[in-house]
Amino acid sequence: MRKVRSFFGGIYPEDVKQTTAGTPIQALSAPETVVVPLLQHVGLEAKPVVAKGDEVLKGQLLAEAEGATGAPVHSPVSGKVLAIEPRPHQSGHSVTAIVIENDGQDNWVERTTHPDPVQLDAEEILKRISQAGVVGMGGAGFPTAAKLTLPKGITLDYLIINGCECEPHYTTDHRLMVEYPEDIVLGAKLMAKASGARQIVIAIEDNKPDAIASLKEHAGSIEIVAVPTRYPAGGEKQLIQQITGREVPSGGLPYQVGAVVQNVATARAAALAVRDGEPLISRVVTVTGTPIAEPGNFLVPIGTPLAHVFEAAGGFSQKPGKVVVSGAMMGQAQFGLDVPVTKTTSCLLALTEEEAVTPDSTPCIKCARCVDVCPARLLPLKLEMFGMNERFEEAHAYGALDCIECGACNYICPAKRPLLQYIRFAKMEIIARDQLPS
Amino acid sequence: MDDLKLIVSPSPHIRDKDTTEKMMFAVLTALLPVLAASIYFFRWDAVRLVLLSAGAAIATEAIFQRLRKQPIRVADGSALVTGVLLGLIVPPSLPSWMVILGAVFAIAIGKQVFGGLGQNPFNPALVGRAILSVSFAAAMTKWTAPFDAVTAATPLFRGTAHIPDLFFGTVAGSLGETSALAILLGGIYLFYKGYLDYRIPVGIFASVAVIALLAGVSVPFHLLAGSLLFGAIFMATDPVTTPITKSGRWIFGIGVGLIVMLIRIWGSYPEGVTFAILLMNAVTPLINRWTRPRIYGQGVKSSE
Ligand code: SF4
Ligand code: SF4
Repeated sequence: MRKVRSFFGGIYPEDVKQTTAGTPIQALSAPETVVVPLLQHVGLEAKPVVAKGDEVLKGQLLAEAEGATGAPVHSPVSGKVLAIEPRPHQSGHSVTAIVIENDGQDNWVERTTHPDPVQLDAEEILKRISQAGVVGMGGAGFPTAAKLTLPKGITLDYLIINGCECEPHYTTDHRLMVEYPEDIVLGAKLMAKASGARQIVIAIEDNKPDAIASLKEHAGSIEIVAVPTRYPAGGEKQLIQQITGREVPSGGLPYQVGAVVQNVATARAAALAVRDGEPLISRVVTVTGTPIAEPGNFLVPIGTPLAHVFEAAGGFSQKPGKVVVSGAMMGQAQFGLDVPVTKTTSCLLALTEEEAVTPDSTPCIKCARCVDVCPARLLPLKLEMFGMNERFEEAHAYGALDCIECGACNYICPAKRPLLQYIRFAKMEIIARDQLPS
Repeated sequence: MDDLKLIVSPSPHIRDKDTTEKMMFAVLTALLPVLAASIYFFRWDAVRLVLLSAGAAIATEAIFQRLRKQPIRVADGSALVTGVLLGLIVPPSLPSWMVILGAVFAIAIGKQVFGGLGQNPFNPALVGRAILSVSFAAAMTKWTAPFDAVTAATPLFRGTAHIPDLFFGTVAGSLGETSALAILLGGIYLFYKGYLDYRIPVGIFASVAVIALLAGVSVPFHLLAGSLLFGAIFMATDPVTTPITKSGRWIFGIGVGLIVMLIRIWGSYPEGVTFAILLMNAVTPLINRWTRPRIYGQGVKSSE
């Protein structure tokens, strides 16, 4: 048995996963029009290869990758391209999107399948993952093939598959692990082969015993590790620390300590890409929160507007005050429900009008709870003060750039200080001034 | 669905339920056994001094906030805590006007001149007591025995006491400081509620005990007599004026214990808790600087 190391800090938000943890994934049919953003990953917008008026098939390439960390985008439906134009995006900015009228036929492009994909060589696996537009589905959206391609001479000790799902609301990874363990195990093996990782560890928070059992049944030689439930156990750096006992150097990348982390949904997408020739055109989304009539987990075509997904979950039983894409801790609040689901949308969380109110902040009483919970071992109260007073050099010296923006400090503060807001501000200023790469 | 007015704000979107007020009222709850003991032992004097001190503290806070055109935030309970604490650490026979003056000083000089809640380097209640001790030395060292209000010397002044008396509180002393039992009950409550970091009190007790052993004086006597217990549990754990790092809190606690024993054994005053805590308050910014934790990923090498 592997000894799970502890990481510093962390919080125990109220576990609200039980609402949807037992709800099987329900496939949602695509709406009449889908809006497929060309930016669903870090990096540059993909470059369209179709034009307005074109007929497209389901799974057909719509736009190709631009730049080293780009990713291609495929059509989630068969139908006609109505427009290529800027549309509102989850990020709050507007992003070019390909708008497609769904003909309801679900006519697929030709797919090359591989009955025994593990036999493929690393290069072929990487190519298929990359061409399928697979990106990190846990939230970061970093193109998976790029993350698995390491600089020459680097050997990986660990491929860590992240099934922690430490955000307090979502259950998408949980359901995937319960319902599709074979796909996840296959994806893990393919990614290990592609990256040359010596061993695979699948890490799951211990509040998901059914997921642990399900994966153990199919794991074979893959190690399944239960990690204690504590936010942010699934943070990349925290997970590496727990599994390997190593710390990713400040400003560095995980492979520098011999590890790469991929999320379970990404592992499954990689399996579908390599085995079935299916590009990433749908994903599982948890729809939850007090105002939701019938919370659940849905397999949603990419490009489906949020409003459509909420309807599938029975609509709102009371007026929502806030709608958040992905987690309550790190997710983004939305201006409206016309924005589409993307490859990184794990969860749609609705809050009631009362829950949505940002509490008034009062003076910091130096209780140091923020210090006690910060997994980066920073002094958030100091960083906030430096940010507020525009003392960016000191913020830099106190490690602002090492903040992983987990929000734990902000969550725990009894004075309801907007700590993370000022820390983000300081980080942006430091990066802008020093022209540091973000 | 059509007229959705959604709030857009940065993450995180959920908050812990705890608030500053809840912390302050937890401290007041923890003080209930102490209040009860002080009323039991010292009767109306306890009621009189605690009420006057609390009232004066709240009024001073409100006046300052008003003058500064800040929102009046006395409902957060912090001035009330300061007032009650000060009321509990004065001799039962203190004249009313003196405790009022002390509370005004505690809030005005101890807290508001630095900018109010969270900004003060020194524990306000102790600032109040220190000013009273210096200004009215006689009144501040005039002790009375419990129950019958006859003049009596404190155990520390006499240098000895029956330990069960110290434990239950049947000795002369400040209103709330005599009963170790009542103070410990409050401390256990705060610890259980997660409002008290054990490091500071344990650091204090440990260093007091070690020095008492080395100096060949009674360990239980020095732990239970005087202001030590009350100071360790209710004063040295004030978040605002104590270190923000865990190792810093150990240093703080050990430092307080050390200074207390220096004053008690070799100093010219029988008791030194007030000055020990105020001194350690003064070096808290330094302690914070010395004990900054190593940031995740800093100073580590890549393994390749
Ligand atoms: S948690 Fe809030 S009140 Fe406590 S030290 Fe940090 S910022 Fe200050
Ligand atoms: S948001 Fe940053 S500063 Fe706050 S707890 Fe997380 S890592 Fe620490």
